[in-house]
Formats: sequence, C-alpha cells, structure tokens
Amino acid sequence: MTGWYEPGTSPLHRIPAGWKFLAVLALAALVFALRSPVWLGGVCAAVLLGYAVARVTPRRCLQLARMLGMLVLLVFAMQWWLLGAGQALVVCLRIVAALAAANLFTVTTRVEDLVFAVERGLRPFTRLGVRPDRVGLLIGLTLQAVAALSMISAEVREAAKARGAERSIPAFAVPFLVRTLRHADELGEALAARGEGDG
Amino acid sequence: MIEFADVGHRYGDRVVLSGVDLRLAEQRVAFVGANGSGKSTLARMINGLVPPTSGRVRVDGLDPSRDGREVRRRVGFVFANPDSQIVMPTAGEDVAFSLRRSGLSKRERAERAAQALAEYGLDGYADHPAHQLSGGQKQLLALCAMLVLDPDVLVCDEPTTLLDLRNKRRFVERLTGLRQQIVLVTHDLDLLESFDRVIVLDEGRVVADDRPEHALRHYRTLVT
Ligand SMILES: Nc1ncnc2c1ncn2[C@@H]1O[C@H](COP(=O)(O)OP(=O)(O)O)[C@@H](O)[C@H]1O
Ligand SMILES: [Mg+2]
Repeated sequence: MTGWYEPGTSPLHRIPAGWKFLAVLALAALVFALRSPVWLGGVCAAVLLGYAVARVTPRRCLQLARMLGMLVLLVFAMQWWLLGAGQALVVCLRIVAALAAANLFTVTTRVEDLVFAVERGLRPFTRLGVRPDRVGLLIGLTLQAVAALSMISAEVREAAKARGAERSIPAFAVPFLVRTLRHADELGEALAARGEGDG
Repeated sequence: MIEFADVGHRYGDRVVLSGVDLRLAEQRVAFVGANGSGKSTLARMINGLVPPTSGRVRVDGLDPSRDGREVRRRVGFVFANPDSQIVMPTAGEDVAFSLRRSGLSKRERAERAAQALAEYGLDGYADHPAHQLSGGQKQLLALCAMLVLDPDVLVCDEPTTLLDLRNKRRFVERLTGLRQQIVLVTHDLDLLESFDRVIVLDEGRVVADDRPEHALRHYRTLVT
C-alpha cells in the first residue's frame, strides 16, 4: 500500500473502523463475484468517488495511481497474452477496485481503531477457542510490518541514489533484505520482552 | 558553494520548510534543531534527493533537482543507518562498488578500496563481512564508500545516532579532519565545538545562524 493514516473529519473517517473493515471485505467479495466490465467499472468509479469524499491529498492519489498503474500494466499484459483482452480488462478492474478500496481504508482508519474493533467483534467467538487479542495483535503487526517495509524501502532507495546506483538491483535488494530481516529479529525480541508468547 | 534562495518545502498541506536563505561557504557547517524541524529535508536538497517546492537550491551553480547525477558526483551523503548503504558482502567489495564506473580494472578497484579502508580506520577489514562490522565500523565503511569517490562536499544526516559516545567522537574527529566541506545534521551538540557555523532550525525556519557557542546557546534556550 502507499501509506498511512491521514487525519481528517470526512464522513469516511468517521465511520466506525469495524463496519468500514466489513465493508471493504464485502466490496472485495463483490468484485470477485462480478464479471461484467461495466459493473466493475461502476464499482471502481464509486471507490474513486470515496477518495474525493475523504479529501485524500493529490500527492497520495498520485502515489497510488503510480503503484496501481505499474501493477495493472503488468497484469494486463500477462492476462491478455494468456486469456485475451476481455478477460484481462475484467481482472484489472477487479484489482483496481479492491486495492484502491483497501488503500482508502488505511488512509482513513487508525490502526489502533481497527485492532480494537476486531478484538471487540471477535469476543463472542471466544468460546469457540478464538483468542481476539491474538487476532488483533496479528492484524496490528501485519499493518505495522507493511509500514516498516515501505519505510525501509524508501530509505534504501534514497541511499542507492546517493551512491549513484539507482538502477542497480543489488544496491536495493541487499540492504533491503538485511534491514528487513534485522527488523523482524528486533520485532520478535520486542514482543518477547513485552511478554508475548508466554502463553 | 551551497546556496538556498528563499527555499520552502511542503508535504501535502504541511509546510516543513519556509523562507530558507543560506549561502554555505564554510568548511564545517552543522544543522541542529528538534525532531521534525526540517533538517533532513534541507540536507537532502543539497544532493537532489528532495526537490524544493519553492525557491531554489544551487551547488556550485548547479541545480540538484535538474542535474542530480552531476551534483551527486560532487556531494557525498552519509545516512543515519549504515545498513541502508552497505550493498556488498565484504567491506572491500562495498567500497569497490562505488568505483564501478571509474574505468579501473577489478584489481585496481580492489587496491584503491583497501587503501581507502586503511586511510579511514578500517585497515585489514577488506575481506571482513560488511554486515558483521560493529556499528561504528559500519558507519566508517559508509563514509569510506563515499570518500573513495573524492567528493567536494559531504552531507551527513545524523550519522552518529546509532553510535556510542567514543565512536561518536571518533567519527566526528575523522569528519573534521577531511579536506571536504562538511554539512553535518546532528543532535550531539557537544561535538560541534570545532565547527565554523551552526544553523538552528525550528519548525522549518532558520532561527539562529552563528558560531557554535552562540547558536547552541540559542538552541538550548529554545528547547528548555
Ligand atoms: N516523506 C515524507 N512525507 C510526509 N511528511 C514528511 C516526509 N518526510 C518528512 N516529513 C515531515 O516533514 C517534517 C520535517 O521532517 P525532517 O526534515 O525529517 O525533520 P528532521 O530531520 O529535522 O527531524 C516532519 O514533520 C516530518 O514528519
Ligand atoms: Mg532527520
């Protein structure tokens, strides 16, 4: 994803995190059920309208457009070759709708609100052996990991550029892996230090 | 000569730098200021990693956002976390990586790299696994990988944050012994006695610009 929570007061910011999360899941399911490019196009348009409602900054939108653009181009080319243009269009519209919605969710929702909502939402399932705090922690950690990875990748790309190596694959991949693994290591230790995994 | 003329920068709606006018000709210049005051943004403009959103930046008359490659050839950059900068498995290979476009043969590159390592306190470490060096040694390696290209300016963004006190001192002593013009971003105020000029930033503006003892006194009243 392109980034993180941006404070705001739009209606999308004010919807409770749990409902918003369910809505994104429902939208993802819907998108995979739909087959008509017209309907899918409609869903995409609705999601984009959401960006206007949430008043996401142009810079953020541009970031997303760049990331989605590259992905969609790649997928479109592959699908076209394998399945033909019609099918490729459907797949790409699905990707745009689902990823743009997920990104809109992260831009308008605080991680802690989501974690809290999930923990509360899962409480009725405690009797079935679900541990809401564990699931909440898992979601929090996943989102935190994505944020950490995008920070590491931005810093590493900058350092490669400073060495005049912006096109060198090892200049990105090696430090990126080293820092990612080290981060995972530190995260594990930090969790252990805070009593996680003690049962 | 590094020049900022009415430089401003914003991320989205947030203004992080405004009205910065500076001509940096001194050999030893430091930027200090609270977290988020805009030091890194300003420092990154010197080698074109961040373009200003208003005003202009010049390095020896060149525009870093237009002639980025040419400017980066003259301006080396050392980051807070050396792990971002180290690319090759051994210290020697990593320094040699900087020389890959120098036209030297592989052997010559290795020799130059070993010389540079010896010169900057890593004598005998050419074949040492780069990521197993200590924090202070890694930062020396990152420095060495820049200096082997003989830039005219070296910008260092909090290079000593991850180091212990002794390594901090050693690192800054090494910096101040270099022929290069140094722009150091730091929180370690006690390392700046020998600097020619200290610039204090607060909320994206220059609030003091003076010899270290005066500028730092101003900074201390700002934070207390
Ligand atoms: N890539 C970025 N996107 C958005 N905001 C940023 C980015 N980089 C820095 N900032 C913001 O700009 C301000 C100045 O940051 P920075 O120049 O890194 O300050 P310093 O180095 O003095 O701590 C901070 O408020 C920071 O949050
Ligand atoms: Mg900084």
